[in-house]
Amino acid sequence: MTKQQANWSPYDNNGGSCVAIAGADYCVVAADTRMSTGYSILTRDYSKICKLADKCVMASSGFQADVKALQKVLAARHLIYQQQHNKQMSCPAMGQLLSNTLYYKRFFPYYSFNVLGGLDSEGKGCVFTYDAVGSYERVGYSSQGSGSTLIMPFLDNQLKSPSPLLLPALDAVTPLSESEAVDLVKTVFASATERDIYTGDKLEIVVLNAEGIRREYIELRKD
Amino acid sequence: MDSNQAAKQHSLVGSEADSQRTLYPYVTGTSVVALKYKDGILMAADMGGSYGSTLRYKSVERLKAVGKHSLLGASGEISDFQEILRYLDELILYDNMWDDGNSFGPKEVHSYLTRVMYNRRNKFDPLWNSLVLGGVKNGQKYLGMVSMIGVNFEDNHVATGFGNHLARPLLRDEWHENLSFEDGVKLLEKCMRVLLYRDRSAINKLQIAKITEEGVTISPPYALKTFWGFSAFENPTVGAEGSW
Repeated sequence: MTKQQANWSPYDNNGGSCVAIAGADYCVVAADTRMSTGYSILTRDYSKICKLADKCVMASSGFQADVKALQKVLAARHLIYQQQHNKQMSCPAMGQLLSNTLYYKRFFPYYSFNVLGGLDSEGKGCVFTYDAVGSYERVGYSSQGSGSTLIMPFLDNQLKSPSPLLLPALDAVTPLSESEAVDLVKTVFASATERDIYTGDKLEIVVLNAEGIRREYIELRKD
Repeated sequence: MDSNQAAKQHSLVGSEADSQRTLYPYVTGTSVVALKYKDGILMAADMGGSYGSTLRYKSVERLKAVGKHSLLGASGEISDFQEILRYLDELILYDNMWDDGNSFGPKEVHSYLTRVMYNRRNKFDPLWNSLVLGGVKNGQKYLGMVSMIGVNFEDNHVATGFGNHLARPLLRDEWHENLSFEDGVKLLEKCMRVLLYRDRSAINKLQIAKITEEGVTISPPYALKTFWGFSAFENPTVGAEGSW
């Protein structure tokens, strides 16, 4: 009989949900602020959203230590980019960098599920969605994290994304106005909070548009 | 092929037999509980060092001052805690040697500890501790926690181990901004008493530390009053003779 081991896992799931929606001239990125482990809540007030560049915001859920490390790596790389190019990274450029950074650790992954939101070089909203090892796609809207299975179908229903098989390709960004998109995000999180135990406490909404970045907080159910 | 062997051969961590890494903890400390109050941070931990189910050491100091502005409390493997203290000694020494009038505040120490814990986890050789870091610098109170795999956060009150399950709910209910020192101590003692009743590895010998702008004070060890005179505990077998 083999000796009893106190087995530990290098990963943990600290829960939470993230959403991003792209509009014609804005982008909404939102995430809840609950951090959990197992059946316990560690804190009700933890931000999952990180501003990577002037026009680029990332929301990540999963294993918080890996998320933090990923944010640090991207922030450092962005600093270097700014020194070398004398300008901010565009959102699509950051999108590629994030994908490469994730794949770099393909054989000991960052357990981080990300959505990147921002404005592209034309000022239109863009959202990129990722898996843990860097496969990514530009989309009109996306959700990741523990509540994504509850949120994504609802977003599909409300935002009626055109089929990617159509030719010529139709724009995936939503025709909704900024305030309508923010309301949709609030509705979506209220619903996810009801049924996902890891989502709740508070909702942090970040809106990027031509004027800049604005932040909003909404209370969610704390149970 | 034996499926167990197959699993081991494809295991991410390689053969356990020639391992030099931490596999499991030996001498462990139990919960640390801490909260922010009006003037700073209050932190409490008992003085037990358990060797599995044996209570081997009864005078382990699990709360230590770090530099001028921080207080560190640790649960988990005691030897790893001692190693962390050595790392911190070196960190503070180098900070002092700059002699630039600046000194590491609790945020900096917490950040350093997070990096250390995360990097050890990346090497599959963790420091088997949950650390609580509290402090005050320039009037700003700070209280944070790091786990053995690098998960970290800050909040108005934190607890490790069993404290997370038993003390946090009490703190969520009764904590408020600008607690006085007396109220803070009462609340912390309430948490420690519950842990004493319900945590098998807790002992009735604890220290409470406070850190304010003025500095760190760690109380001498003392015991909490407990009450066992419940009628249900008298003649517990009265309804079922022969049982215990």
